[in-house]
Amino acid sequence: MLDVGNLNHFMIDILKELGNIGAGNAATALASMISKKVNMDVPNVRILEFKEVAEVLGGEENLIVGIYFELTEDVVGNMMFALDMDSAINLTNMLFNRERNDRQLDEMDISAISEVGNILASSYANSLSSLTGLKIFISVPSISIDMAGAILSVPAIHYGHVADHALMIETTFEENQNLVTGNIFFLPNLSSFDKILTALGVN
Amino acid sequence: MEKNTIKVGMADLNVTKAPHLLTTLGLGSCVGITLYDEVNKIAGLAHIMLPSSKEIKNNENKAKFADTGIDELIKSMVKIGANKNYLVAKIAGGAQMFNFNSNNQMLKIGERNIMATKEKLKELNIRIVSEDTGGNFGRTIVLDSADGSLYVRTIGHGEKII
Repeated sequence: MLDVGNLNHFMIDILKELGNIGAGNAATALASMISKKVNMDVPNVRILEFKEVAEVLGGEENLIVGIYFELTEDVVGNMMFALDMDSAINLTNMLFNRERNDRQLDEMDISAISEVGNILASSYANSLSSLTGLKIFISVPSISIDMAGAILSVPAIHYGHVADHALMIETTFEENQNLVTGNIFFLPNLSSFDKILTALGVN
Repeated sequence: MEKNTIKVGMADLNVTKAPHLLTTLGLGSCVGITLYDEVNKIAGLAHIMLPSSKEIKNNENKAKFADTGIDELIKSMVKIGANKNYLVAKIAGGAQMFNFNSNNQMLKIGERNIMATKEKLKELNIRIVSEDTGGNFGRTIVLDSADGSLYVRTIGHGEKII
């Protein structure tokens, strides 16, 4: 089995490319939902010690919105769409054609953000699925608005069973005017990563 | 003497003497286990992720698990002068951050972490004097080694000293 702390450059490049394809499709889906251009950064493959995990996304206590999905079938793991509060508010303003920024998220907003997360995660998973021929089943979305550390502890714990590091493929994208910045994390289990490599013929 | 605040990360632990503080930020489903020796003014904090080292092959990092984390925490405290018989515990965390209608045990990990922590403390005859556990929200905690008080801060669920 692969050791997360010990991946070579070649494997990291493949992970980056998976992030590129998955998030590229997700970004396109987002662009058509909000009718704006969406730019995407080169994916970041992070291999983190657990004590570093919570520092991703602006520090442990930073208030964020996290939408979490479980992946099952051929690829097991999880996926998370995360955005900061300003982005969440701007995003719902775009979706509902509103302008006020100095407000809290209401139930309608939260439900809309969950659905956006759902569409993004599904397009990410679908593109990986058609690339590899592997079945990926994605759960219903579950949303939490809380400290980044607390939210990220959930995917980190999944890795805790098998490793002392967490592997995250992170892609940041932003809407053209920088009003919405979000991250998609793809965290496959190690055995699933093995499967993906085999499916791509590089193992 | 100046008070330092020592940060403890996920799957990590640390100990200190008065007047210093120990903190761990953004506890979710993990549990923050604090032990305190009031006589010697020695405090310890472990941020555990999983209930038991016995269920898992990769168990070298002792601070990752409730069972080995507590053992290791006590060892480190005794090393700097704590008396094991004086130790009392306070615990916080173990939330369920995401709600799913499934029986997936992984999602109830917060609850299992709390249970395992309590079992281990009971086995060692260490009394839990207070706790702030469960719910569906994150917590930041700060342990004061001068008096053993544990400050708990949340977003939208208030703050308190337990």
